[in-house]
Order: sequence, then C-alpha cells, then structure tokens
Amino acid sequence: MIHSLFLINASGDIFLEKHWKSVVSRSVCDYFFEAQERASEPENVPPVIPTPHHYLISVLRHRIYFVAVIQSEVPPLFVIEFLHRVVDTFQDYFGVCTEAAIKDNVVVVYELLEEMLDNGFPLATESNILKELIKPPTILRTMVNTITGLLMLLPLRHSPLRTRNPRLLDDVSFHPCVRFKRWEAERILSFIPPDGNFRLLSYHVSSQNLVAIPVYVKHNITFREGSSQGRFDLTLGPKQTMGKVVESVLVSSQLPRGVLNANLNPSQGTYTFDPVTKLLSWDVGKINPQKLPSLKGTMSLQAGASKPDENPTFNIQFKIQQMAISGLKVNRLDMYGEKYKPFKGIKYMTKAGKFQVRT
Amino acid sequence: MDRGFPSLRSEAAGAVRTMLASAESLQLTLKPELSQEEQALTHTNGKPKETHKAGNEDLKEMLESNKESLKLEAMKRVVGLISKGKNASELFPAVVKNVASKNIELKKLVYVYLVRYAEEQQDLALLSISTFQRALKDPNQFIRASALRVLSSIRVPIIVPIMMLAIKEAATDLSPYVRKTSAHAIQKLYSLDPDQKEQLIEVIEKLLKDKSTLVAGSVVVAFEEVCPDRIDLIHKNYRKLCNLLVDVEEWGQVVIISMLTRYARTQFTSPWKEDAVFDENNEKTFYDSDSEEKKGPTEAKPYMMDPDHRLLLRNTKPLLQSRNTAVVMSVAQLYWHLAPKHEVSVVTKSLVRLLRSHREVQYIVLQNIATMSIQRKGMFEPYMKSFYVRSTDPTHIKTLKLEILTNLANEANISTILREFQTYVKSQDKAFAAATIQAIGRCATNISEVTDTCLNGLVLLLSNRDETVVAESVVVIKKLLQTQPTQHSEIIKHMAKLFDNITVPMARASILWLMGEYCDRVPKIAPDVLRKMAKIFTTEEDIVKLQTVNLAAKLYLTNSKQTKLLTQYILNLGKYDQNYDIRDRTRFIRQLIVPSEKSGALNKYARRILLAPKPAPVLESAFKDRDRFQLGTLSHSLNVKASGYQELSDWPAVAPDPSVRNVEVIEPVKEWAPSLGKAKQPKSDAKFYSDDEEKEEEGSERSTSSEDDSSSSSSSNSDSGSEEESSEESEKTSSGSGGSSSGSEKSSSDAESEQRQKKKTKKRTRKPAASDSDSDENGNADQASSSATESSSESESDSGSDSPAPQKKAEANTQPKMAVKSKKEVSLLDLDDFSPVVTNAPKPSVISSSLLSDLEGLSLSNVSSAVQVTSPSFGPVKTYELLHHMTGKGLAAKYHFPRQPCLYQPSMVSVQVILTNNSDHALEEIHIGERSPASLNVHCFNTIERLEPGASVTVSMGVDFSDSTQAANFQLCTKEDQFGVSIQPAVGELLMPFTMTEADFSREQRNLQGMNETSATVTMATANTPRQAISKQVLSVANVGAVSSSQDNMLRFSGRTVSSKALLLVSLDLKDSSAVLLTINTEKTVMASMLLRDLTRALAQA
Repeated sequence: MIHSLFLINASGDIFLEKHWKSVVSRSVCDYFFEAQERASEPENVPPVIPTPHHYLISVLRHRIYFVAVIQSEVPPLFVIEFLHRVVDTFQDYFGVCTEAAIKDNVVVVYELLEEMLDNGFPLATESNILKELIKPPTILRTMVNTITGLLMLLPLRHSPLRTRNPRLLDDVSFHPCVRFKRWEAERILSFIPPDGNFRLLSYHVSSQNLVAIPVYVKHNITFREGSSQGRFDLTLGPKQTMGKVVESVLVSSQLPRGVLNANLNPSQGTYTFDPVTKLLSWDVGKINPQKLPSLKGTMSLQAGASKPDENPTFNIQFKIQQMAISGLKVNRLDMYGEKYKPFKGIKYMTKAGKFQVRT
Repeated sequence: MDRGFPSLRSEAAGAVRTMLASAESLQLTLKPELSQEEQALTHTNGKPKETHKAGNEDLKEMLESNKESLKLEAMKRVVGLISKGKNASELFPAVVKNVASKNIELKKLVYVYLVRYAEEQQDLALLSISTFQRALKDPNQFIRASALRVLSSIRVPIIVPIMMLAIKEAATDLSPYVRKTSAHAIQKLYSLDPDQKEQLIEVIEKLLKDKSTLVAGSVVVAFEEVCPDRIDLIHKNYRKLCNLLVDVEEWGQVVIISMLTRYARTQFTSPWKEDAVFDENNEKTFYDSDSEEKKGPTEAKPYMMDPDHRLLLRNTKPLLQSRNTAVVMSVAQLYWHLAPKHEVSVVTKSLVRLLRSHREVQYIVLQNIATMSIQRKGMFEPYMKSFYVRSTDPTHIKTLKLEILTNLANEANISTILREFQTYVKSQDKAFAAATIQAIGRCATNISEVTDTCLNGLVLLLSNRDETVVAESVVVIKKLLQTQPTQHSEIIKHMAKLFDNITVPMARASILWLMGEYCDRVPKIAPDVLRKMAKIFTTEEDIVKLQTVNLAAKLYLTNSKQTKLLTQYILNLGKYDQNYDIRDRTRFIRQLIVPSEKSGALNKYARRILLAPKPAPVLESAFKDRDRFQLGTLSHSLNVKASGYQELSDWPAVAPDPSVRNVEVIEPVKEWAPSLGKAKQPKSDAKFYSDDEEKEEEGSERSTSSEDDSSSSSSSNSDSGSEEESSEESEKTSSGSGGSSSGSEKSSSDAESEQRQKKKTKKRTRKPAASDSDSDENGNADQASSSATESSSESESDSGSDSPAPQKKAEANTQPKMAVKSKKEVSLLDLDDFSPVVTNAPKPSVISSSLLSDLEGLSLSNVSSAVQVTSPSFGPVKTYELLHHMTGKGLAAKYHFPRQPCLYQPSMVSVQVILTNNSDHALEEIHIGERSPASLNVHCFNTIERLEPGASVTVSMGVDFSDSTQAANFQLCTKEDQFGVSIQPAVGELLMPFTMTEADFSREQRNLQGMNETSATVTMATANTPRQAISKQVLSVANVGAVSSSQDNMLRFSGRTVSSKALLLVSLDLKDSSAVLLTINTEKTVMASMLLRDLTRALAQA
C-alpha cells in the first residue's frame, strides 16, 4: 500500500526517506515540488498528486510535508490518517515534531516507521504498543518507565462513565477501547484504558442545542473613498460564561492588501501588524467584563488607491477554564478490578476551534 | 583501503565458512550459490566504490570491532545515512556479519539495513538466511514474526522456496501475530515472484478461515493484492468477516469493508429497485438519475433483502463512530453503494464530523460529499452551514465547499446561499471569487426563480474593480443570456460599453460572441464594436481574434451594408495571422460568406450555419460523473482510474446462490456451549410440529444460553446437516444431565425428525406463527429454536434449487433476530468482566437457571430454598398505567411487577399486564408489535384472539431491562390499531431477592467496598419507627430479601440484579431513634445510587 515516505521541510529539502518495498527514487518528489511552486500558500498543495507511475499523498504538519508514495489504488484517507498517526507518534515520542527533533532521533524514527508499517500496511499504530517495542528517547524514558511500571499493575481496569444527557451528543466517535455495545445499550462508557494519554471520545453537539458562543465582537472598520485613512475599532466582550473568565484571547486578521500600516491603540495586551503580509494580530489576554478590551486607531492606505471592497475577517482564539460550553458533564467515573482508591479528577476547558467573525 | 582487503577478505571468507557450517540445515540447492558468494565477495572487494570512501572507512572499522557499543554506534550512523538517502551499500559485508548479534537493538538496526540493501547485494544477503531460518523456530512469537518479516522483505529471488516454506509454516503458527506476519509476507513473495500465485492462494484460503481479528485485515489485504477475482474464497468466510469486523484493528477494517462492498455487489440483488416500498420520502430526481435501476419486469416480486446483505449493513454501522477517519469513510461508501436509498443518510452526521479533522481529511471527505450531494441533496442540506467557507481555508477546500453549497441549492435555501456567495465574491482570494461567480451562474440556471436576481447581481459585478471578477462575470452572463436571450438587450449593451475596460481575453471573447449572436438586438452597437476591433485586431489574443472573425461574419450576413468593408479588412488581417487556427478560420469564413465561383453550394447555407440557434450550455457540476468510481477511492479522488482499481460491478439481476455462504460448522455453539454448562441445543425441527401446548410448557426449560445459541444459529441462518446432528447429540446428553422429564419424548421426536429429514420436507406447510415466533416470541426459547432449526433446514432444502421460503420471511423479522444476538454479546461480555464476582457468589447463575428450568410446572413459591432466589417477602401491588382507554380507543392496559422470577428467561423481569376492553365492541388480536430499542428482549404474551367489551384479561410478559431503568418501549397492537406504550421500571424492580446467611452477607459486603459502596444517612419523619415498618418500606421499594440479623440495630437485605445477577446488599444501621445509616454495596454503582435515592425518599416519608 504505502511504498515510501519522504519528509520535506518548508524550504523544499528532503531530509528523511524510508522505503517499505523496493526503493523509489527521490526524484519522484519533483512532482511534489512542482505542485508546491504552483501553490500560493503552503496549505494549498493538493493532498493527492498523480505522477506517471506513482501517486503522492501528503499531509502538512508543523511545517513539514509528509509525502507518501503510492503505487496503486488505496483509499486516500487511509494514507492520510496513517500519516497523521505518524506525526502524532513523533510528537508523543519527542515532545515536538520538528525537523530538528526528527533528525536528532533518526534511529528511533526509523525503528518506529519500521514497526508502524509492514510491507506498506499498518502494523502497530497504537502509542502504548509502540512504546513497548521501542523505548522513547532518554529524557522522556525515565518518566514513561515509572508510569508504565505503575500502570502495569492494572491489568484489568474498566471504567463506566455515564453521561448525563445523551441526547446532547449528536455524533460521537470513540477510541477503540470503548465498548460500543455497552454505550449503545446503557449510554455508559465502559473501557479498559490504554497506557498514556489518549482521546476517549469526541462529540459533536447537535444543531438543535444551540450553544451560545461565549465571546462577542463589536467592530467598526471603515475605509472612505478618496481618503488615505481608514478607521479601525474593535471591542471584545464575554457572553454567557457563567462567571468564568475568558482567557488566552488572541485575535488575528488578514487586513486588505491596500492597507499600508496600522496605527492602533489597544486598551490591553499587545498588537502587531506586519506591513508585508498584512497580518494583524492582537494578544488580548483575559477579558475583563467590567473593562472590555478594545483596539482602536487608524489605518493608512495606499494613496490614490480605491478603497478595499472587502472587510477583514477576525480569527479569535480563546480558552475558558472550568467550563464546557457544550454542557457536557461527566456524571461519575467508576473503576473496577482494582483494590486501591484512585484519584479522580475532571478538568473542563472550552477552547475555541476555528472561530471566525466576518465583518 | 587496499591494505585492508586481505584481512577483510579472509575474515569474510571465514564468515562464509562458519555460515556454511551452521547452515547445514539449508537446502542443498543453496550450496553452489554459497561458493559463488565467496567469489562475489572478492569481486566486491576488488572494486571498491569511491563514494563516501573516507566517511565509511571508519564505520567499517567500528562494525568490525569487538565492542558492542562501537558496533551499535556505527549502525546508528549507518541508519542515519540510509535515512538521508545516502548510499551505504558497500558496508554490506561488515553489517551482515552482525545479523546474529545477541544485542537486540543492534540486531534491529541490522535488519533495517538488510531490508534496504539486500536487493542490491543479493549474494551477500544469502549469508543471513540461516540466521532467520533458525529464528523462525524460536519459542518467542515476536522473534519468529520479526524473522519472517525480514526474511520476506529481502527481495532476493533465489530464496523464494525458502520464503514459501516459511510462509506456509507461519500460516499455521499458534500465535496470531505470526500468522498476521505471514499474511503480509504473502504479498511480498507475490510481488517478488508472481509465479507462486497458485500456492499463495492456498495459503490465503487457509488464512481466510482464521478466526483471529489480528489476522483478518492482513489476509484480506493479501487477497486483494494476489487474487481479488477469487470471490469464491470469500463465500464461506463472509459471515465470519462480518461478525469479526467490529473487533478487527482499524486498518484491517478499512480493507475488509472495501472488499465486502465489492463482494456484496456481485452477490446480492439491488435494494434500490423497489423505490415505492421504502423510499417514498426521497427526492424523485435521484431515481431519475440512475436509469439502469428502473423497475424491470421483476417488479411484481417484492424485493427481499438477503439476510447476509443486511448482516453486512448492520455490522458496519457502529463503525461510523470510529475515531479513524478512513474507517468512517469506508462505512459511508459501503452504505452509499449497498444500502437501500433511505438508509444511506445515517452516514451524513459522521461525514460531517470528519470535516472537523485535518485539512487533508476535509479535502477527501468534501470530494466525496460533493459527489453524493449531486444525487442526494436531502442528505446534506440540514448541515449546509458546515460547508460555509472560512477565509483561512485552503483554496482547494474552498472550491469544494462552494461546489457542495451549489449542489445543495434549492428554491427554499437559495437566498441564504446567495447571501453567503456575496461574501465570497469579495474574497481576497480571486481564484475563489471567480469560482463563486461560476457557482452563482449554476444556481441561476438550476433554479429559475432566481435567474433574474442572479443575472442582475452579476451585471453589478461587471463594475467591480477586480478584473478576474469582471471577466468571470462576463463569461457566466454570456452563458446565462444564452438560456434566455429575448429580454436582455440592455445587458448586452452594458457589456459593450464595458468592452474597452475589460482586458481578460476570455471575457472579451465572450462579449464579442454575444454581440455576434444577438447582433439583431443591438443593431447599432455591434458594427461599432467591430470597427473598434478592426483597429486593434493584431494585438489581441488568439481567442479574441477568432471571435472577432466570427462577429465579422455574422454581421456581414445580417448587415452587410455597414460592415462589408470592415469584414474584408479583418479577413485580410486574419489571412496573414501567425496562428494557423486563425488563418484556417479566416479562409473558411471567407469561402462561406463571400460569394464567389469557388464557394459552391455551401454559400447558400451560410446564414443557416452561422446563425443557427445554439443550445444553451448546461452548467453542471464537475463532480457530475464522479460516481462511476467507488467512493472513497483514490480513483474517485483523482477522477481517473488509478492502477489496481477494482471496478464495482452492477448488481446482478438474479442473486447467485446464497447457500454458498452457509458454513458447515457453527463454532460459537461449540465454543460457548461448554462454558455455559447446561446450555441446551436447539431442538430438532420435528419438535416444531408437535402441538403448541407442549411448546409453551417447555419454554421455561430453556436457559439463556441455549436461547443465545439458537438465536445465533438462526441469525446466521447457516445450519446444515452436520450441525443439526451435533445439536441433536448434545441435546441428548443435555437432556440426560438436565434430568428433564421429557427425555423419552425427545428421543422419539428425534426419530421423528430423522424421518422428516429423509423426506426432505418440501410439502410441509409452514404455520403462519412460525415466522413470528423467532422474533416476536424470542422469549420463548423453544419456539425460537424450533423456528431456527426450521429456517436452517429450509435453507438446506432450498440450496438445491428454489428459495421461496426464506424470502417469505419479512425483512423486519431478521432484524430482531440479530438484535437478540447482539444482546447476547453484551451479556457475555459482562459475564466475562464480572467473572470473579460471579464465582464469589454462592451459586453461579447457570445453576439457578437450569434448576429453575427443572421446576417447570411447579408452583414458584416452593422454589425458594433450593433456588436461592426467594419469592418476595413483601408483595406490594403498585399498578401503573400502560395505556389509557381514551388513547387506546377503548383498550386500557395497566401493569405491575409481580416480583416473581420470570418464567421465560431468568434475565427478564416479569411484568403482569391487565388488559381491559372499555369499548363497545370486541377487540381482536391483541398482541405486541415493534419495540424500541430494537435490541430490546421481550417475551410477549400470546396473542389474545378476542376480548369482549367490558372484559379484562391478565397476561404476563417478561422484559429484559439489562439492569437499566431505561424504559422498554413497544407497541400494543390490536387488529386495527397500534399504540406505542412504555414500561418504566423502578430500580427496585430490577432486583431479585437472594437468600444468604448473615455470615455470607458480611463476607460479600467486605468484598464490595470502596467504589462499590454507596451510603447515606437518612432522617426519618417519625422517631422510633418500628423495625418492621422500616423493613416494609425497604421491601416496598426494592425487590430484595431480608437477611436474618443477630444485631438489633441492623437490618440487612440482599438481592441480585435480574439481568446480570450482580449481588446487591442493603444494610440499615439504626443509629438513633430517627436517623438511619443506609448502605448499599454492589458493583452496579449506578443502580446503587438510584436505589439509594428511592430508599432515602421512602424512609424519609416513613
């Protein structure tokens, strides 16, 4: 299935290659480079690229392209999912997934790739199984050893977790350790957890349960025809956060090309504007409901140019501790098959995903 | 380097000799090769490679040193070289010597090296073979597996026989992990030597029978690679694969699902034929599109889905919840290609969920949704917002979302979509803005209501500053005007005005074409445009020149007075143009329109040729015909057939013989029967023909396990003669051990059954009740099992020729059957989990149930001492309303929990239902219909044929609540009506009293501490409540038994949950006059907390 893997950095160097079948010359990547050149942004490289004899399926993460070489029909998602699993594994092993980390740990990387695929078909992709086969590099090793040592004592654990309002969940997906039938019958999440961190379930809140977005934005961005000045006024405020603080707020926006510079004044936090990429980013920090953060000022436009016809969109990132905005609550957690009393804790956090405000 | 050779040579040769000595087990054929190797070795040494000379020299030294650490360090550096794609092949002799190293880490790296370079250094690679052969016999499964992995990865043709031998051996290895490796090795060997195909297919056939979930995925990959056309190998394994699927590792699931999709399309008939049967609520457009599925002559016969087809659909559905996006996609494509049209939409949610994943995942999923949404708008319309474009999306994702939004547009949502499009048109990403304009054009043609609005909007865009936007608008307007040119001369005029400002060639060409085509509507402007074009003709792009020539020709024909000279001038310019297309076209046009002696007959038709009415272009999706490829495939993604793509065949008109999937021996029966002790096998089919009363009596005889067996065998529908025999045999033994009174009766019926078997029961008549019994009355094991055997013998007899009988079974019938099975798995799983607890209990559940079954016909109150499930010490008759006579059209139903062990199945709670007819006419055929969840295990009461007005009847039924207070919903049906009703059990009713001594109680309580203990202090309303009163309160809430207590201030009660037989202990510590410390010990913590709540409430009122 997967023939070979090439790792390519942002500047277009192949810094690692691995072959699971006969060696495929790295010149096959030239087709990839062509596509890369055509793409205006790094993300715009198409994930599937046909070449005369092979197909290249790639993912881009941490500014590294993971390019898999395929020779015949295979579900593209199969390869994409696997490549992401590779990245996750590297991240798990080395803390970060950068070119430097991969180069420093090239032997472990090679051993991992060897175990993860056999003849191009995934063999071991679970983090806990891999860690039994291949030790993580030394810094993490001591830590992991103690943890696995501890967890080895728990051969049979099984923890039903009951969710309060199953109707809330429109669509759920599970880690394979979850007993699906039990969930179906009783709405209890029963599972034997694998070692280490893992995502037990992810859910999607149905559209009937309209979840209130905890942040609102007031904006007034105007460009006047004929004038070389534009007004910029942006205020953020919290909404229905049940007294919890909205924090780590970061606003970023791509301003129209006509904007030469921005002269703004933040009521709190710091902002930067890159006149080349036209990227505005404002690190707000916490939102104080009494004193709402704002960013006001003027933008200077290219003299003589007509006013930009589109208004910028704002990407807003934020976190709210101790609150799950979806309303999901873990009712209880029970553990069976163990004598000792476990420490139980739950931490709720809401984090903005891809949250965009159009103006 | 030269100095190093002799020593290296002697050493290498020495190594070869040692190898030779140790490789005596090697085949003799290899020996001459080995002597060649020595030559090869010298040969290599004679011509050292120049590259990396300096760098690799020290590596070689390190590898040849005696220190492990140095060797390891060297190997790490070698792996570093490999990873960078540098050539390290000349180190081969030095590396290969370490293949037998004791150091695991070193060995692994040597393996990495070997696999990489063995192909280039074939002769030297042979040196390592014996090491692997030895490792293949290692007691450690992982060493065996890794030896096979490396051995099969060395792509050296000469070792093919060794590989074949190793694969065959590994395929029968005890370790599933090794067998999995052998499945992978099959593909490697096949790619190395395709001549081995036949032998490899044999191994695949063997491995396909493997029951390990670890092997299933890998062997299917091998199957797909080596012999995808040997669909016959799948038949016997089809059901097994379906049933294993949930437990197979995720990557295996993807390949299995994809293979089964292909399989199903060759084996089952189309479920899409009878759109009238289940697809009333779907759009008609969809059916119009697949014309080949139009109702044929087969329509007269109602479509009945093959149970195997249903099995596949049902068993893949839970995988929609997989975290692996590839698995979700593969299930989605399976539903798309195999499910009845109205069932496909179950995949929608999951696909939409995938859109929150990585951008590459989004890309593929959006492509597939784009294809799906063309045929089925309705599937994705509710999720329209998920396809709104973010400014940060990559362009290819933006365009896909745009495509989908356009596909989803209809009269109702078009205004929303157009508003959304307006935002996109302003996007800084101009390519995307242009694509949006195209999309608006498509909406305008597809939805006639908005054509004018769209056209006006597009005209406004003509004054946009951005050139690409304007150009795209012109092109789209051109297409739109073609569809309805009559009233749009204004727009054409407007575009003529814009002409000077537009520079994009395509847009200019479009305007010129419009002028020419509708020159009669703009008679004054068109010649003027031509005049302008004549001036700048030479500087224009080719496409503009061609359209100028066209315009000139058309004007010449309609308005030659004004344009004759202009046209001739342009034709002259074109005659000498650099582009041969333009020269050709000019020459053609000249001959066509200017009359001369050479032009001949064609000249007469010039008008008709050039000014012919032209059909409007159809603006359609780029994904229009993508559905010729299987969804989710690479070919679909690229819209070209990828190499190795397996076509999805059309449904066969007549299904091939379904009996090929019947398996001779049903393993689960064998596996589970002993583990569950006295489990009884389904009875022979003769039993079925004995009278109904007997059935009723014997119903209670069945234990849960036999129920499960029967349902599983009936669900797989695959019993054959041998299975029946085995079941008969085991039945005999079980009837012996069970001490059933009906032993003799059975043996006679056995004989009878044999007789019937001989007759090959073609003429027998099926009772109408039979088909009901296996699902509706699944509580009654006897009926279920008898019908199961019946169905099996049916399939047996039908396998010869016709198969009307299974088709007679309603499809709905098979569904509950399967539900029973899944139920079984849950309970078995739980049994497994709680096994330590179960054995702790004084008596395992199996005994009590079989004892219970022995006591058929006896009054249940006598049971207590022996069975340990005591009869209730307190019987409150609290009656609940099931159906009010107002809503029930006169039929009223009430129910209560009699707190008796359920007669039908020990895991059921018995419920008594009092049915009263309050109407003025007799009600007929009162029975239980559909239930939800479908897996709900209910023993129904027998159909009440007639209930006179004013009369009432008490019937009992059993419900398996699975120890949960979820309501059991089902339908209460009369001949005319159906009423949805539900039984909501209080948690206390899900228990059975359980007698134990005080000592036992204390011991069990100690075992159930910590997490399993729940307690609360309750303050009672009245002080000094007598013990009896408290006791009464407890017993009224929960169906538990009192345990005699030696302490005055302690009250103890014990019970077990009905379904999973988990022990539940209640103890009350009367601390002072009004406070009670209430403690509940059970592993069913959820039940404990609910019970605690109920008890607290009851005691507080006491």
